[in-house]
Amino acid sequence: MTELLPLLLAGAIAFGVTMYVLLDGFDLGVGILFPFADTEDDRDRMMNSLAPIWDGNETWLVLGGAVLFGAFPKAFGILTAAFYLPIMLMLIALVFRGVAFEYRFKFRSRWPWNLAFCAGSMVAAFAQGVILGAYVRGASGVDHQFHWFGVFPLFTGVAVVIAYALLGAAWLNMKTDGPLAILMRRRARMLLVASLGCIAVVSVWTPLLEPAIAARWFSLPNLFVLAPIPVATAVTGWLVWYGLRDDSHDAMAFVASVVLFLITLGGLAISLWPWIVPRSLTIWQAASPPESQIFLGVGLAAILPFVLAYTAHNYWVFRGKVPTGSGYH
Amino acid sequence: MELTALLLSRIQFALTIGFHILFPTLTIGLALLLFAHEALWLATRRAIYLQSCRFWSRIFAVNFGMGVVSGIVLSYEIGTNFAGFSEATGNVLGPLFSYEVLTAFFLEAGFLGIMLFGWKRVPGWLHIMATGMVAIGTLISAFWILAANSWMHTPAGFEVRDGVFYATDWWAVVFNPSFPYRYTHMVLASLLTTAFVAAGVGAWYVLRDRHAEFGRMTLRLAVITAAVLAPLQLVAGDFHGLNTLKHQPMKVAAMEGHWHTETGVPLLLFAIPDQAAEKNHFEIGIPKIASLILTHELDGELKGLTEVPPEDRPPVAPVFFSFRVMVGIGMLFIALAATGLVLLLLGRLFAYPLYLKALIAASPLGFFAVIAGWVTTEIGRQPWVVAGLMRTADSGSATVQTSEVATSLALFSVVYLLLLLVFIGVILGLIRKGPTTGPEPEQQPRFATA
Repeated sequence: MTELLPLLLAGAIAFGVTMYVLLDGFDLGVGILFPFADTEDDRDRMMNSLAPIWDGNETWLVLGGAVLFGAFPKAFGILTAAFYLPIMLMLIALVFRGVAFEYRFKFRSRWPWNLAFCAGSMVAAFAQGVILGAYVRGASGVDHQFHWFGVFPLFTGVAVVIAYALLGAAWLNMKTDGPLAILMRRRARMLLVASLGCIAVVSVWTPLLEPAIAARWFSLPNLFVLAPIPVATAVTGWLVWYGLRDDSHDAMAFVASVVLFLITLGGLAISLWPWIVPRSLTIWQAASPPESQIFLGVGLAAILPFVLAYTAHNYWVFRGKVPTGSGYH
Repeated sequence: MELTALLLSRIQFALTIGFHILFPTLTIGLALLLFAHEALWLATRRAIYLQSCRFWSRIFAVNFGMGVVSGIVLSYEIGTNFAGFSEATGNVLGPLFSYEVLTAFFLEAGFLGIMLFGWKRVPGWLHIMATGMVAIGTLISAFWILAANSWMHTPAGFEVRDGVFYATDWWAVVFNPSFPYRYTHMVLASLLTTAFVAAGVGAWYVLRDRHAEFGRMTLRLAVITAAVLAPLQLVAGDFHGLNTLKHQPMKVAAMEGHWHTETGVPLLLFAIPDQAAEKNHFEIGIPKIASLILTHELDGELKGLTEVPPEDRPPVAPVFFSFRVMVGIGMLFIALAATGLVLLLLGRLFAYPLYLKALIAASPLGFFAVIAGWVTTEIGRQPWVVAGLMRTADSGSATVQTSEVATSLALFSVVYLLLLLVFIGVILGLIRKGPTTGPEPEQQPRFATA
């Protein structure tokens, strides 16, 4: 039981992070795509497609941090301190992105808040990508230093911006219609190609960076067990491409791009297992004592189903295409 | 004092949490106001209550957004800037924060969209339920965060092994000795702050004779609320103070500027505390009253700051002054609320421009009282981060550089100042615009139903 608990809670954090990446991923993606809209009306629609849900989407980030704090306090302290500047940059960017939802509709000149929304989304996505890259590469030294200012983390920063933009474009294709949806489909296809390129580069680059990751993927029998993953990536990529053909497969295109993210995150999890501070502390070494993990685990197990239920209900209330002209504000 | 990463981190945390607390303070009160007015709308179908819901929910939305974005910063700063603290206390406090996210943040977020944008999309009963869920969410959020904060003042239900805290009794952790008092005091502060904001807004409309019916309704309800809550807050504050005297006597000694253990201690109205000389300059006091308030006896004995070595004493001057600011505003609120109640009973509530102007001037004071109260209790806990057990000096992140914290502190200072100005401007703009007198939201072109 004491062996299993840290595993379950690490699973809860992985779930929270995955929810965050998918949900706030398309939010941030919409922000990144803001400059590509043709008119202010289109930007109204883009923002209105997120207005009732973005707060809940961002809450998964807080959940991830809080559960990490409670279930793996050592890892929380080490990781957040190690990524001090990228985290601060991300938080300030998220502040600008978040307040733009309200302030954009309150001012006659909208460009400052368009800028805050777009730059905030872009910087937050980039910072998350940088943290991800440095995290995958792992810590070094006794004080667990992560060198986030390097070619690989900067590349993953750009990759996350591109991938979030893909999610955002697929979301907008699903939630809008007319010229905006057509524009987003076109952008989404370009972003899909770029995203698949980034996935390929990262897939080759990580084993080269870290021999342990190479061994994980290219030893026998792992090679055969894991071989379906790149195949699944390719098939899913084709499904996104196919779904973006016309306006009748908008939901499929969005779901397939979500699946593309799930496969990529799964691949990263395989590379990182069983570390929580990569190649420095395992899940078990960083775990809080059972009394904390049980208290936390019971709460997660009892409450998360309700959270998922009313979150789903909220999406259901605001289902369908966002019409032009009539905003929320 | 040397500018270390820890000192800059503490300044940054004080700045970011001081900025943040402004918004939840109003959120809690406004959520309950909105729920009450929506209930009145459903019960009476008087358009003025619906107008009120529409008006205050616009302000609520802006305020809530500011609270969300500034709150996320705090949840990460506990790790980024205080890794020492989070590694020592994570076993105990981490689960409390997790419960806050699970039971409060998701609840608020899950129903906020319906509350703000769902008038046309859901039936009336579901809409008021959403408003109620958001209101309950704000109270649950305050519950967990104040449980965690109170534990830092009066830790309970734990044991310490190798400098790390381990929970032994979760009930005792959550319901630690100061928590019920702190929670009551803070929730009352939120409601009172909101009541005076609403009173100021109502008074402004009455004085300007704009949206006067809405103004009168708002002012009347606000004055009644304040007349109930302001004296109640005095009682709650007194109980909280007695609890602090029991568990953190040095904090109370700093609040009272009281250096040496004595009987029949005077209540100081003014003084300049001198930390090095262990005494006050320019004391003005009322004999024996501090003893009376704190021990309920004229000749009761109170412990002075010199009971503990200098390195265990909190900085006295900020605690002493911020406490007086808080209490002074509280007394002013009682006077204004009592005056309002008398005028209301005489049917003269809207008759005196001077009183209306006083309410307008007093409308932001609740926020100052809240900040002053937090300065009192948090600086009063020093030099400890967990009272009596872990020093603030040991709470920092060893791997974070001074230059990094200086960078983030500079960024936060600029960004938060800018956003505070924008926020005040937008709120004043919304108040100036007033409640919309146009068609009810049901008739406005909203979202096409899917």
